[in-house]
Amino acid sequence: MSDRDAIIRVEEVSKRYGKVTAVDRVTLEIPRGEFFALLGPSGCGKTTLLRMLAGFEMPSEGKIFIDGIDMSTIPPNKRPVNMVFQSYAVFPHMTVFENVAYGLKFDNVAKADQYGRVMAALADVKLDHLAERKPDQMSGGQRQRVALARALVKKPKVLLLDEPLSALDAKLREAMRFELAELQDKVGITFVMVTHDQDEALAMAGRCAVMDRGKLMQTATPSNLYEFPANKFVADFIGSVNLFEGTLEVDEPDHAIVQSEELGGRIFFDHGVSGAGGEKMWVGIRPEKIELLKREEGAAPPTPEDAPSGCNVTAGTVRQISYLGSESIYEIDLINGRRMQVSRPNLSRWDQEDFTWDDQVWLRWHGDSPVLLQS
Amino acid sequence: MAKKVARAPLDYLNMPAMKAWLAGVFVFLYTPLMILILFSFNDSKANVVWKGFTLKWYFKAFENTQLREALFNSLLIAGVCTVISVVLGALMAFVFWRFKFPFKGPLESGMNLPIVVPEICFGVAVYLFFARIGFPNDLPYPFNLTQIILAHVTFAFPFVAIVVRARLESFNPELEAAALDLGASRFQAFRDVIIPHMKPGLIAGGLLAFTLSLDDFVITFFASGPGTITFPVMVYSMVRFSVTPEVNAASTIIILITVLATVLALRAQSATTKES
Repeated sequence: MSDRDAIIRVEEVSKRYGKVTAVDRVTLEIPRGEFFALLGPSGCGKTTLLRMLAGFEMPSEGKIFIDGIDMSTIPPNKRPVNMVFQSYAVFPHMTVFENVAYGLKFDNVAKADQYGRVMAALADVKLDHLAERKPDQMSGGQRQRVALARALVKKPKVLLLDEPLSALDAKLREAMRFELAELQDKVGITFVMVTHDQDEALAMAGRCAVMDRGKLMQTATPSNLYEFPANKFVADFIGSVNLFEGTLEVDEPDHAIVQSEELGGRIFFDHGVSGAGGEKMWVGIRPEKIELLKREEGAAPPTPEDAPSGCNVTAGTVRQISYLGSESIYEIDLINGRRMQVSRPNLSRWDQEDFTWDDQVWLRWHGDSPVLLQS
Repeated sequence: MAKKVARAPLDYLNMPAMKAWLAGVFVFLYTPLMILILFSFNDSKANVVWKGFTLKWYFKAFENTQLREALFNSLLIAGVCTVISVVLGALMAFVFWRFKFPFKGPLESGMNLPIVVPEICFGVAVYLFFARIGFPNDLPYPFNLTQIILAHVTFAFPFVAIVVRARLESFNPELEAAALDLGASRFQAFRDVIIPHMKPGLIAGGLLAFTLSLDDFVITFFASGPGTITFPVMVYSMVRFSVTPEVNAASTIIILITVLATVLALRAQSATTKES
């Protein structure tokens, strides 16, 4: 990515409050026109980073560039960014129209043009019919739309969203995900969203940055974060994962083998893991990438039919089942006592009846499925 | 023995004994005021026996130049005191809400001092203070009221500060951030977002300052120079000679003014709180 394409460049930015380091030497580029998510558990520094982009906090070290301009000395009211706050922060004493028009007062927009721009922004968020309402007569979802229109009407270079969906109920949240993504597509403005909800980030963002304890862990597309996590934290934070400690035994260009006491055996990779290095490693396997097969009582080892070449197979017993409708999640106890999670889509209406408590099973996954991780 | 009936908290108001008690409290509180108002219409010089309805005491009170002057002085003092107290109180509340500085805790507690210090001590202190600095006693009207106004502001503005401070606690800081984010300067954000939020507190505090100033006797007594008289002081001096229904009439007017002010303020307040 060249400099020209980055609307936001964060260079070696740290933020310290006394002895606490909220953001620790983060370097990041956000391309123009992208829906970008800052993702991480609470206290990871993502909100601090967002507030530094808006100008409410100043970096202790490092620099932030927005559209190529150093923001070090620029206060929030002079930055080409606007924010949708977590509480929406809609002004309670103004009507919807007045709320949206408020920011235009400072942009030298002619009075005659104001009306049209406000109404167009309200139409973008489907609120043009409620322009004369007061915020206390509106639902949370509608107030959020006011906050969106109020920020977008200023035509910012970047729109910042602080936990935009956290205050909405589940159904509305799902609908808003699509709507926000569509809105971003329509207006073409770069969106930067902060969220602790990985589903939200994966569903909406084109690219995500995962943060933990002030540090940037990985920046990637949602599918790369999920399928190619850079480390144990990312693998664990994004989705569910079975993690096993192990040591790298064979490290060839076309395959690798990890010995894991926790799993009670060796894990085969059908690809090279070169550059992984290090003695102690972690192997991560996603629950949906594991197949469940019926096993004869006490049968071990697996027949060649159960374990075709290039596959890993291990034995276990079904202990817990969470039936979630579209899928079921099985908690399987391995022979050495370790518990493993397997999810299985209920493709037909009777699939959930295939396995029940205390069933003896083979767990099988392809050599392509596990990922080798550093802690 | 009668069976015990389980009651929800609000059910207690349905007990006859409780109702009687409640009525008793109201009678105790309001009978003196009712009698005062009733006898202002009594066609007799003595405040003892009802002789018939008349408005003559009201006319008489209005014809009493001194009383009229005193009433006007009181309203003028209360008005000016309210304006100054609201501005000072609001600024103080804002400073304590917004900023951190050394000795903030003691200073904030000290803000309540004028409220807890006995009025008589405050009055003496004010008297001594003005005497000590040699505050001119012979200013032309209405500037000869300055001492009383200053004294009233000193004890009234902490009330405003406390009310506004409490109101600011419910302010969502993201509102101010949003104004800044949309391009407002710090001052514009204060004017457009923080002051509207403070408004109910400003009105309630202002009303408090107004009524406190209007009916203050002790401190005014010490702060007033020769030739400056306020309504409560005037009433006191009239009562010392004889309690005539004229005093009743004048007092009824004051009650009317304060009740009216309260109603207006409450209305304004409920209108603004509905918004937020």
